[in-house]
Amino acid sequence: MFSRDTWKEIFEAMGKNKLRTFLTGFTVALGIFIFVTLFGMGNGLQNTFDEFFGEDAVNVLRVYPSETTIPYGGYKAKRRIEFDNDDLDDIGKEFSPLIDYLTPQISRSSSVTYKNESDNYTNRGVGPGMQLAEKNVLMQGRYINNKDIRDRTKVAVIGRMVKKDLFKGDDPIGEFIDVGGSVFKVVGVFQDDGGDNEERNIYIPFTTRQLIEGNNDKIDNLTIGFKESLGYAGAMKFQNRLDSYLRQKKVISPEDPRGIFIQNVADQLKQNQQFAGALQIIISGIAFAVIISGVIGISNIMVFVVKERTKEIGIRKAMGATPRVITNGIMLESIFITAIFGFLGMIIGIVVLNTITGEALKEDYFITKPGIDMGIAIFVTILLIVCGAIAAFVPARRAARIKPIVALRDE
Amino acid sequence: MIEIKDLHKSYRMGSNSLHVLKGLNFSITDGELVAIMGSSGSGKSTLLNILGMLDEADSGEYILDGVPIKNLNETKAAQYRNKFLGFIFQSFNLINYKNALENVALPLYYQRMPRKERQEKALKYLGQVGLKEWAHHLPNELSGGQKQRVAIARAMAAEPKVLLADELTGALDSTTSYEIMDLIQKINDQGNTILVVTHEEDIAHMCKRIVHLKDGIIEKDEKIKQVRAAQYVQ
Repeated sequence: MFSRDTWKEIFEAMGKNKLRTFLTGFTVALGIFIFVTLFGMGNGLQNTFDEFFGEDAVNVLRVYPSETTIPYGGYKAKRRIEFDNDDLDDIGKEFSPLIDYLTPQISRSSSVTYKNESDNYTNRGVGPGMQLAEKNVLMQGRYINNKDIRDRTKVAVIGRMVKKDLFKGDDPIGEFIDVGGSVFKVVGVFQDDGGDNEERNIYIPFTTRQLIEGNNDKIDNLTIGFKESLGYAGAMKFQNRLDSYLRQKKVISPEDPRGIFIQNVADQLKQNQQFAGALQIIISGIAFAVIISGVIGISNIMVFVVKERTKEIGIRKAMGATPRVITNGIMLESIFITAIFGFLGMIIGIVVLNTITGEALKEDYFITKPGIDMGIAIFVTILLIVCGAIAAFVPARRAARIKPIVALRDE
Repeated sequence: MIEIKDLHKSYRMGSNSLHVLKGLNFSITDGELVAIMGSSGSGKSTLLNILGMLDEADSGEYILDGVPIKNLNETKAAQYRNKFLGFIFQSFNLINYKNALENVALPLYYQRMPRKERQEKALKYLGQVGLKEWAHHLPNELSGGQKQRVAIARAMAAEPKVLLADELTGALDSTTSYEIMDLIQKINDQGNTILVVTHEEDIAHMCKRIVHLKDGIIEKDEKIKQVRAAQYVQ
C-alpha cells in the first residue's frame, strides 16, 4: 500500500491535474488557516481579560464612598460620604476572621523632584497591605510597614519607572525626594506586572499623608483583601454583609444606588471570564464550521475526480487493478492532499498569529498574544485529514465499482 | 483454451428484456487466430465482454484454460483478467499522462512485479512492436497506428493466455490497419491465441478462422485460408 509505485501513481495523478490538486489543497489549507487564526485570536482575547485582572490580586474588595442620592435617616440627599481612620478600625474588628489585610488609599498627584530631575507622579498614601493587593514585587529595599504607619515616617516606595526616570541608574535607596513640597526618604523600589503606568506610582504611609494635610483622618477609599478560603460564594456574602454594615454605620438608605460602592474583583473577573469563554465558544464554532466546509469541499472534489477519471479507472480495471487498489489510490490521494495542505495551512496560521502580536493589536482590538496550543492545532489538522479520508471513501468506493465495460464504451 | 457451452445473455431495457446471446457453443484451441464477425446488434461485443470477464452470462458455461469462469467477485475477476487476458481496444485506451513504456508496464504493476523487472519487460515488448525509440513519448505524441502498437504491447506484456481485440483497426486507415494486422499475425505465429472482433471482411480474412454471429446465434464457423497482411505492407 505504501510502496514507491503507489506514491508514484498518486503523484502522477495529482501532477496531471495541478489546478484541481491546488484548489483542493487550497480549500483545506484555508480551512485550517482560518481555524488556527480565529482560534488564536479568541485565545488572545481571553489573554487580554486574564491580563487585565492578572496584575492585581483577585480576592479583593474595593470600597469607594460617594454622594448619597436618597434622603435617609434625617439626612438630606447629596450628602458626601467620607471614610476615616475609625471606619478602618471598625471594619477590621467587625470582619477580622474574614480579612487577610486592610489598607486605605489616599491618592494625590504632584511633582516629584530628585536633584535636577523632576516630573509629575501619582503618590498614594497606603498601608502595608497594598503590596499584596497590587501584587507589587520589591526589587530593592522594603515596603511600607506598620512602624511607618504608627510613627508617620516620611518614607517612600517608588516604582521601577520612577527610579528609571528620576535616578538615571543611581541607587535610590536612602536618597531623598521632594514630593509636592515634602521630603521623603526612598526605602524601596517595586515592579508591577500591570505595566509601566503602575510602575510610575509612589507609595507613602497614609498616616504621613494625613499628617501633611493638616493632621486629618480622612481616607479616600478602602481596599480589603479577604481570605481566599472564602471562595466565590463566600466573597459575595462578605460583600453583602460589608455593604449593609457600612450603610448602617454611615446612615445610607439600603435602596441608594450611590453613597458607597463596593467593587468585587472576583465577581468582575468571573463575569469577564464567562464573557470571554462564551466568545471563545462562538469563535470555535465558526472555526469548526470552516473546517466542515473544507471537508465538504474535499468530498465534492473527490466525487468530481472519480467522475473525470472514470475511463482511466476502467482501463486500469481491465488491466487487472482490483477494487481495493482503486479505492486505496483515491483515498491516499485525498489523504495526501489534506495532510500536506492541512499542515501548510496550520503553519501559515501559526506564523501569522506570531507576526501580528503587538501593542497596537492589544489597544485597538483587545487582543493580547494571540496563539494556539500546538496540540489543538495538530489535533484539528489530523481531524481534517481523517474527515478527508472519510469524505473520499464514498467516491473511492464508487470508483472501485465502476464497470470496465461502461467506462470503456466508445462514445 | 476457451470453451463455451450454451451461453445466454439478455439485457433488461425498461420493462422488456433484449435477448442478445441465444445459446452459443464453440471452443478455441491454443494458438488459434479467430475472427468473430457480425453486424452491429449481432451480439459480438456482448460475447467479447463475457469472454473478457467484463460482463457475466446469464447461463451457460465459460471455461478459460481449464478454469470455470463463474460467479466471480470483482477482485477475483480483476486477478483473472490480469493473468489470463490481454485487451486491445478500438480506441486504444492508453492512459494519456503516462508514456508508452509506463502504459505497457501497467498490467505488470498490478501483478506486483518489481519496478526494474517491469520496465525491462515493457521495453522488450515495445521492441517487439517496433517502438523502442518511442518508449518515453506520451500517447498524444504518437500516431494512431503507434498508439495501437503500444496497446498491443501492453496487452502482451502480462503474457496472457488469450489476446482479445475489439475492432482493433476500427479507428485506423487501411494501410495502418494492415500494418497492425501484420503485427497480430506475427504475434500469432509465435503461438499466441488471439480473438479478434471485427465487422470488416478484409480484417477477418487475415485470421485463420471466422465465427459468423447473427442475431445472437452462430451462423457459420469456418476455417479459412489466411491472407497475409505483409503483402500489403511496404
